[in-house]
Amino acid sequence: MSEIKKEYDVIIVGGGPAGLSAGIYTARARLSSLLIEKGAIGGQIINSLAVENYPGFAEAVSGIDLTQAMHQQATGFGLTTVYADVTGIKPSGKKQIVSTSEGHYTAGAVILAGGSERQKLGIPGEAEYTGKGVSYCATCDGAFFQDRDVAVVGGGNAAITEAIELTKFARKITVVHRRDELRATRILQEKAFSGKKIEFLWDSVLTAITGDAFVEGITVSNVKTKKETRLPVAGVFMAVGFKPNTGYLRGVVELDELGTVIVNERMETSAPGIFAAGDIRSQSIRQVVSATGDGAVAAISAEKYLGK
Amino acid sequence: MSKPVEIEEATFKEKVLEAETPVLVDFWAPWCAPCRMVAPVVEELAEEYDGKVSFFKVNVDNNPRIAGQYGVMSIPTLILFKAGQPVTNVVGFRPKAELKKSLDAAL
Repeated sequence: MSEIKKEYDVIIVGGGPAGLSAGIYTARARLSSLLIEKGAIGGQIINSLAVENYPGFAEAVSGIDLTQAMHQQATGFGLTTVYADVTGIKPSGKKQIVSTSEGHYTAGAVILAGGSERQKLGIPGEAEYTGKGVSYCATCDGAFFQDRDVAVVGGGNAAITEAIELTKFARKITVVHRRDELRATRILQEKAFSGKKIEFLWDSVLTAITGDAFVEGITVSNVKTKKETRLPVAGVFMAVGFKPNTGYLRGVVELDELGTVIVNERMETSAPGIFAAGDIRSQSIRQVVSATGDGAVAAISAEKYLGK
Repeated sequence: MSKPVEIEEATFKEKVLEAETPVLVDFWAPWCAPCRMVAPVVEELAEEYDGKVSFFKVNVDNNPRIAGQYGVMSIPTLILFKAGQPVTNVVGFRPKAELKKSLDAAL
């Protein structure tokens, strides 16, 4: 294994579409570039089997194939990748020191592209039954619920996509949503409402997940009537939104009330030399195409900042 | 040489339950993206723990009975077997450092 050097022009934190696009631009601009990824290359989109709205693919492409191609492209231009968890960023003169689980790295500019992760509800039973009926990935685990009844929690694109995916396997899918209408896009809503297997529990929130060795049911509370009902299900698919991976950035860059990084149109954060791109930044529309766009903007801003 | 080997129901007893060294089984399926992501990490672990732990993969699509027997309902699931008994399991994608920690704690 070749030794990985510690000093770079640019460090990119996060290997989803935003970070990969930034890496293509900085590496191609002949800036020495390091990508730090804590888990797996590709980000959230790897859970999507069919990306239908990324320009250039008339046939849907899987999230994993799309992002692996981006990584290959960036690596071809000279991007280096390490797998480590970033724990802090500290400015030191004109350098930024990035601390990780695998040691320190320094760079003139940092691009934050760490995205977001699935929000957990924190209700009783959720942690205990994860992997025992509670799932955060319908495409992974749907097949284990062949002919069983399941619940999907949430009303956005992720939730409705999961509910539709689950119709291939489950007997009945109950979507539990805290409002009386869906946030998901029209095309997904049409698919969900025409699916015979999908039912909706409106104005309802999950308050507990119960069972023995495995999930056997959920408790649902109506937000208007406060009435609690029990629903027997074998699986609970959580899709209640996302939280940005910005825990380590408090006090480093300015965050908004949602915890996302505040940027201007050049993707500059409140700290000189630190840029942000993709789902981690404030007001992101959370699409692959906007993430790759952000990545390019952040990379070009970083290049200008470095004066190279 | 120490890459995880794919096994089926027919060989599970001999390779896993009757093994003398601890065995790590990676329950996976081709349509599961996090499984494809965890695979290279497990391959690296197989290299590092060569001689101490044997590594096998079980495709849950082809072997639903084994998956059912060990209560696998989310994939990827990694289960460590010692003397034929499951001693620890890890569900979902985890970074390598975390997997090593769970593995070392259980060994």
